[in-house]
Amino acid sequence: MSTTEESRDAEVPRNPDARVDAEGPKSRAGTRTGGSGRVPLWVLVVGLVAVLVAALGGLAAYGGQTLPERLGPPVEELAVERTVIAPGSIELVLRNTGPDPVAVAQVFVNDSYVDFTGADEPIGRLAADTLVLNYPWQDGQPYTVSMLTSTGLVIEHVVDAAVATPEPGFEFLGLMALVGTYVGVLPVLLGMLVLPILRRTSGRVVRVLLALTVGLLAYLALDALLEGLELAALSGGAFGGPVLVFLGAGLAFLALTTIDKVLAGRRPDERDAGSAGMRLAVMIAIGIGLHNLGEGLVIGSAYAVGELALGAALIVGFAAHNTTEGLAIVAPLTTRRPSLWSLVGLGLIAGAPAILGAVIGASVDNAGLSALLFGVGVGAIVQVIIQIVPGLRDRTSGRLLDPATLGGLGAGVVIMYLTGLLVAA
Amino acid sequence: MGGANGATFRGGAGVDHAANGFDPRTLLREFDYGTVSTENGRTVRDWTIRAEDRDIEVAPGVVFPAWTFNGSIPGPTLRATAGDLMRVRFVNDSEHPHTMHFHGIHPADMDGVPMVGRGIISPGEEFTYVFDAEPFGLHLYHCHVGPLAEHIARGMYGTFIVDPPGGRPPADEMIMVQHGYNTTFDGEGNQLYAVNGIPFVYMNDPIQVRRGELVRIYLVNILEYDPINSFHLHGNFFDYYPTGTRLEPSEFTDTVIQAQGQRGICEIRFPYPGKFMFHAHKSEFADLGWMGFFDVVDGAES
Ligand SMILES: [Cu+2]
Repeated sequence: MSTTEESRDAEVPRNPDARVDAEGPKSRAGTRTGGSGRVPLWVLVVGLVAVLVAALGGLAAYGGQTLPERLGPPVEELAVERTVIAPGSIELVLRNTGPDPVAVAQVFVNDSYVDFTGADEPIGRLAADTLVLNYPWQDGQPYTVSMLTSTGLVIEHVVDAAVATPEPGFEFLGLMALVGTYVGVLPVLLGMLVLPILRRTSGRVVRVLLALTVGLLAYLALDALLEGLELAALSGGAFGGPVLVFLGAGLAFLALTTIDKVLAGRRPDERDAGSAGMRLAVMIAIGIGLHNLGEGLVIGSAYAVGELALGAALIVGFAAHNTTEGLAIVAPLTTRRPSLWSLVGLGLIAGAPAILGAVIGASVDNAGLSALLFGVGVGAIVQVIIQIVPGLRDRTSGRLLDPATLGGLGAGVVIMYLTGLLVAA
Repeated sequence: MGGANGATFRGGAGVDHAANGFDPRTLLREFDYGTVSTENGRTVRDWTIRAEDRDIEVAPGVVFPAWTFNGSIPGPTLRATAGDLMRVRFVNDSEHPHTMHFHGIHPADMDGVPMVGRGIISPGEEFTYVFDAEPFGLHLYHCHVGPLAEHIARGMYGTFIVDPPGGRPPADEMIMVQHGYNTTFDGEGNQLYAVNGIPFVYMNDPIQVRRGELVRIYLVNILEYDPINSFHLHGNFFDYYPTGTRLEPSEFTDTVIQAQGQRGICEIRFPYPGKFMFHAHKSEFADLGWMGFFDVVDGAES
């Protein structure tokens, strides 16, 4: 809405170089031949890059030799990126997340040394290797895998509940797609059914609903942020740890803001409320979609470690939770009559990423990647909230927060909290 | 090996005994009687023991920065007869201060603790501990410099045997020192448990004994950090002599428990041939390395 104004007056050249260029090809040729007495810009850039490359290369080649050896014992870190549990064996995909090579010499599980294969050579920095442990694990029991390194350090990995890892075949992917549809697409579409009712209500009710939407989204953003940080803590930190969440959030925010500007810039004449409403609906759908991607990840990875034992109850819980998201998408559409297909499209944008998330979550057990994707969800939601907030303003009084919208905000948070309890199992 | 067949190191592998400089399979039956001489009609035994810092491969591929007596864990088993004079020249070739503290009965200035008698023996220095071999039985020696737990956990311990006058009945004798390695140095239990230096070593190479022959095990517990240890023998019972200071057994059993510093003598005759397991009956210690086999074979005396 207010975003379009800024791009209007962007025609004025902002720097002297641009102004010189504006004078035409002749003057550009003039600078190249040195007519103005100045070195061409590209020569400066190339020269600077060359100096930087030479300096950094020299530092890398010779600088290190002038410093003393690092003091203290080697820093040994291993992150477990994936755990595959098969009959009689536990397989760990390890990544060295520390600065020094790590040699896994022996392994014990729940205080018993085990035979294993893999990692015969020390694992180098950021390199990966796979251990296959010969261990008669029992269904549903917790296990602590202790990797004894060549220096005597113990690196532990806890399997909360051992359950055979499902085979990633077509049948399994199909199952994940079905779960994603149940918890993502269908609830969002169901929530969108309130649109006809919304149309008959006053602008005040719509503002309250938008406030409710902001409450819902704020809750989801916080939830995804906490979940992402929790996952990041598991990833060992080699690729940034918690920074990954904020990196994902920042990039998603910037990307969505760019998309919004592009959408707004394409139709500068259609500045009526209807077009803006549709654009807002699309942005909300994208934001919720990226959130549902994170939710799908949680479901998929939970399924992969057998924690979806409660299956149906969990799916019903997620579905109830997500129905409110459909409401959020159609809230800006009350003054417009969108086609059925565009509504279905919005529902798919918001819901289908849950399917993708479930498939990724079930087949890629990588805490770092998951943390990044949760961050993407957070950034998307924050961007959407910033878009909605101006719509909360009462046009007659000019007030942003009146009792009704504040009530809507609070109700949104409470609804999300209460439906969230359904999936806490 | 491995899986349901029980605990093992990767591939059932063992350590490089030659690189370590000692082999638990020979350590088992090695008794160091010292250099024997007679002074004023009395038997005198002299030993030289050196404290050495040494990297020991305690499990395949795992290096432990140990402090040792004469380069092995446990240190040498010194042996005398009740009434002998024992003279132990202790040379500290380590980079850390140490002592030798002997159990048994002796004057205060021979106790090998800081601030009593000669006290701490600093790196590069030496001292000779002189005391009578008494009482007869099975005893410990270990370093007594603070922090005490670390000096013991690093490997500074060994056993000395004082035989009763006239000796014990002839037997196939062996020493078993129960101990462990806290490779993370966090003082919270141990990652490895063993008898005579290397975990699982008698699983891969069972101890050969003869059917019907008297077997005498000098059993010692010097385990640090998780100190209640035990010894359990499969398929057989043994006479147990606590501390070995009496010639009558206190019990006939297949399991004994020893706290840190406790020791005793087990005497067995194996009636059946075949492989019989022995291990800590704290099963956790067994799965972390403290188990092995006797291989009972038919011999001339059976
Ligand atoms: Cu010491």
